[in-house]
Amino acid sequence: MRDSAARMDIVSRVAAAAVGGYALSSAAAVCLALALPMLRSEAVLAGTMASFVVYVCAVLWVFAASSATRAWAGLILCAGLLGASLLIVRLGAAL
Amino acid sequence: MKAGFRQSMAWLHTWSGLIVGWLLFAIFLTGAVSFYRHEVTQWMRPELRQMVPAADAAGIALDRLHAIAPDARRWLIDLPDARDPVAHLFAWHDPGKTPAFQREEFDTATGAPAVARSSHGGDFLFYFHFDLNMPSIWGRLIVGAASIVMLVALVSGVITHRRIFKDFFTFRPGKASHRSWLDAHNVLGVMALPFHLMITYTGLITLMFLYMPWGRDIAYQGDRQAFLSEAALSTTIPEASNVPAPLAPIGPILAEAARRWDGDAVGRIDVYRPGDANALIELTSSDAAQIAFHRRKITFDGTTGDVVAETDNSRWAAETRGVMYGLHIGRFADPVVRFLYVLSSIAGTAMIATGLLVWVAKRCPRRAGRETAGTGRRLVETLNVGTIVGLPIAIAAFFWANRLLPVDLAQRADLEAGCFFLAWLLAILHPMLRPVGRAWTEQLGFAALLYAALPIVNAATTSSHLGISLPQGDWILAGFDLTMLAVGLLLALTAWHVGQRQPNNAVSEHAVAAAPQSAPARLDPRR
Repeated sequence: MRDSAARMDIVSRVAAAAVGGYALSSAAAVCLALALPMLRSEAVLAGTMASFVVYVCAVLWVFAASSATRAWAGLILCAGLLGASLLIVRLGAAL
Repeated sequence: MKAGFRQSMAWLHTWSGLIVGWLLFAIFLTGAVSFYRHEVTQWMRPELRQMVPAADAAGIALDRLHAIAPDARRWLIDLPDARDPVAHLFAWHDPGKTPAFQREEFDTATGAPAVARSSHGGDFLFYFHFDLNMPSIWGRLIVGAASIVMLVALVSGVITHRRIFKDFFTFRPGKASHRSWLDAHNVLGVMALPFHLMITYTGLITLMFLYMPWGRDIAYQGDRQAFLSEAALSTTIPEASNVPAPLAPIGPILAEAARRWDGDAVGRIDVYRPGDANALIELTSSDAAQIAFHRRKITFDGTTGDVVAETDNSRWAAETRGVMYGLHIGRFADPVVRFLYVLSSIAGTAMIATGLLVWVAKRCPRRAGRETAGTGRRLVETLNVGTIVGLPIAIAAFFWANRLLPVDLAQRADLEAGCFFLAWLLAILHPMLRPVGRAWTEQLGFAALLYAALPIVNAATTSSHLGISLPQGDWILAGFDLTMLAVGLLLALTAWHVGQRQPNNAVSEHAVAAAPQSAPARLDPRR
């Protein structure tokens, strides 16, 4: 029983690292591309280059967190913060 | 999973390193060889060495394209230089026309297509390095995923390693095997850590929009050409006016570029809409003299020869990407820096190999209190032999095939590549049939023989061997042969050393026959 729980924990973390990490870094690339105050092509390049660093940090977080649930929660929180800050920047630009 | 930050990172380092270890070994080793891609090509196609590019290579190449592809949409010429004496000509036609694409290797001295044996040469290993010779983008995606895991393994390895500075000076040869392999792994990793981080991260940057297209696609609503034009990464091909007009002479255009670039060489010439009144000529500087791959460009009006546009390097993100791209491929490097690149790459390759050996040594059956090795350990050991020695054997087989296959054989370039994969497959199968300790010495010995004999095979089959290349001072060809000889000797030494470590061969042979599963224990040097 404990063995299968440990296995589920690892499967969940691997999924969080691969899929969740990629989703978060994609979100970071998009947010930076849209929000960075510079030429559009420059923002795209800078955001995309930075996204790989985000990916690596996300994977490290997923395996450092004390449980798989906390790992997922951390990723979702970061994605939410990214989305909110993008919304604020966009609204600020529209006003 | 274990509790504690450092333990989690150690766990992550062990398992992330293991699952992609063999793939990363192959990527690193073929990448290291790719720094000598053009030299390998020269050796594999020795006929190219006889060519000396003409002084007016650009003009002669343009005349050639005018003859073979007069109504193309775009011409591209990669001009010959010291490392590659051939001009590479390309022509693209408007959609609907056949052929859609033409290419030719052109000898500017004779004004005719270059005559040399067919071989993928160094390009085979170069492409394998990032697409694994797989169709479509699958290989590139796999290499990209492995690169992210490599970065994770590097960072978690550094975190695991709390005494990073002290351990740098620790080497315990002859101690328990997992200790000395671990020390070697640490030294190789720490010594060139900045290089390993740089080369892995910049490797991702070279194909970053394949891996991470979302920022570009959303910011530009899917219009990729708009992004490329705005980022000055490519020139938009002008519409044809259908008014014919002769191309401006290239001489004054080259002179203007030389004036603006302080004499820096022109590496590439693009002609958009040649023969049309809307033609553009674009010169790109050679990448031999600056780090950034984002090379300087000048665009000229194709009929008047006036300057239309010049790239500026004031955009920091584009320039940063260019520098990272350039750092990865190292084409700016002079021979000394190039050699350091190769040394660091070999250190990276050896770091990966020793990491895989540590995994096995830490799971020695005697340590685990078991008599026989488990299936997992046996699989890792098999793949270790079949990759760490098997890949060098495959590369040697590729070189041998180049010299032994008949020069005018149809499809010989692909057959050479086939020999590479066949040799690798056999090298992975072999340790399944032999006790592991035996498999190591046998493959190391065989690899040593393959490499050391390569200069002899070369002498027997070509007139570009050491007896000729050394007196001529041809260091590209002589350097290749001498390197093969040195690699052969190194492998022979390793084979001898590993053979010495196996106690009492006759007895263990007997023991092996009785219980093949216990054979791996013999690799453990604690006697």
